[in-house]
Amino acid sequence: MHFTKIVNGTKTEIHLCEKCAQEKGEMFSFDWGKSFSFDNLLSGLFNFDPAIQIFKQEAAPNPDVLRCNHCGMTFNQFLNTSRFGCPHCYEAFQHQLVPILRRLHGGNIAHEGKIPARIGGAIYTKKKLAQLKEALQAAVEREEFEKAAELRDQIRALESSSLGKGGEQ
Amino acid sequence: MSLEHFLHEASSSWMNQEGPDSEIVLTSRVRLARNLKNYRFPSLFSSEEAREIVSTIQHVALNHFPDDMHAEFLKMDELKLLEKRVLVEKHLISPQLAEESNDGAVILSSDEDISIMINEEDHLRIQCLSPGLQLHETLEKAGKLDDLLESWVDYAFDETLGYLTSCPTNVGTGIRASAMVHLPGLVLTQQINQIIPAIHQLGLVVRGIYGEGSEAIGNIFQISNQMTLGKSEENIVSDLTSVIKQIIAQERSAREALMQTSNIQLEDRVYRSLGVLQNSRIIETKEAAQCLSDVRLGIDLGYIQNISKHILNELMILTQPGFLQLYAGRALRPYERDIRRATLIRERLRLEETK
Repeated sequence: MHFTKIVNGTKTEIHLCEKCAQEKGEMFSFDWGKSFSFDNLLSGLFNFDPAIQIFKQEAAPNPDVLRCNHCGMTFNQFLNTSRFGCPHCYEAFQHQLVPILRRLHGGNIAHEGKIPARIGGAIYTKKKLAQLKEALQAAVEREEFEKAAELRDQIRALESSSLGKGGEQ
Repeated sequence: MSLEHFLHEASSSWMNQEGPDSEIVLTSRVRLARNLKNYRFPSLFSSEEAREIVSTIQHVALNHFPDDMHAEFLKMDELKLLEKRVLVEKHLISPQLAEESNDGAVILSSDEDISIMINEEDHLRIQCLSPGLQLHETLEKAGKLDDLLESWVDYAFDETLGYLTSCPTNVGTGIRASAMVHLPGLVLTQQINQIIPAIHQLGLVVRGIYGEGSEAIGNIFQISNQMTLGKSEENIVSDLTSVIKQIIAQERSAREALMQTSNIQLEDRVYRSLGVLQNSRIIETKEAAQCLSDVRLGIDLGYIQNISKHILNELMILTQPGFLQLYAGRALRPYERDIRRATLIRERLRLEETK
């Protein structure tokens, strides 16, 4: 069995008899494929993104200029490993991330799902308020005044309860 | 050790339970990726950080997890290679956690329907599993554990981006919902070749769960969501469920068509495979998986009546190298494994006869 591995233009050839290949492969065959293909494909995808290429050209004299202050990871490092160093990297690379996220998530760049109950309490209220206000606007436009009044009461209740909480903290 | 005792010890409860549509959907699975605020991700964190995370989560599990979960806490450094391998073969931990993680650990429920990996690619990977097609129920189960953990630890969460994960492919909901489906009808009628690209176009991923790359041995496929931004968990799970329901309908009509047009050929195939499993002395993984798939189809279609349905789920897992070595009580070379595999399958089928 012959394997050829090409990483950054460096070619490595491995020749194994079928038995050794089976031994070697079966030991932990599952991960070979994964680390080899998935990460490489992912970082390839990032590196070939036109927006990222423009960024790289502009930053060329000093490619490591964009860096996360918390963990020290540079944007280049991220492009090569496709893994962030810490939660703050998302903030540090936020502008460069937009095209990447769009590409990975079918054009979406915002979370529409669960909000953690404890730490997300304030965010939850804010999102809920925004939703209610939108509904209120729509109700007014459709001249559904009874519903609008109901929504307005809900908004007031939510606003006063979140103000109360803010005062306690 | 007797085979019966070994099976009792080795199999998980979900392997022989039935769920909705379980003649086609073997299991439903939901995984949530979570990270703790104030710690670097596993790609960069120090040993101290890793150990702090392990002990924080261990503390929560010991003091706050429900008693009926009978949670067991296992540290990777304290497990033998073979023990880890068996956990990988049962899909309770990933190969990455088994081999590469620094200070990795896992929390398992006694039913093995819950596993929480610690310090894999993310600090936490909460996984829940149910038999049959029950993605909503599985999501709810995972959500409850997530809420419980969140009441004691601070998650890395961003208002716009959601749950922050080590890899940008998981950011947002951090959810990977998947179903393991047995599709011999679609494979035999070659409709699978049209269905897979169609599923991909919907932003879902299909892959063979056993075997390398896209090849699905045993006609078992895993279908999962890919995107984690822009849709709520419930919508992700609903969309996936509706696609899987359509696939189930397609598979059923393919099976009916096969029975109508080539009844005797199908029956022949099923019984030949049963013959191979009952009589062979040497059998490789791939052949065993194909024969098990045929036999399971034969059971579903009523050709075979005295063998239990869950033999496919059970033997697909128990005939993998780690389990064979566990049963043998020693390391086995590949050729020896093929002999052991044949023996185990023969003995297992004989147990069915005595039932």
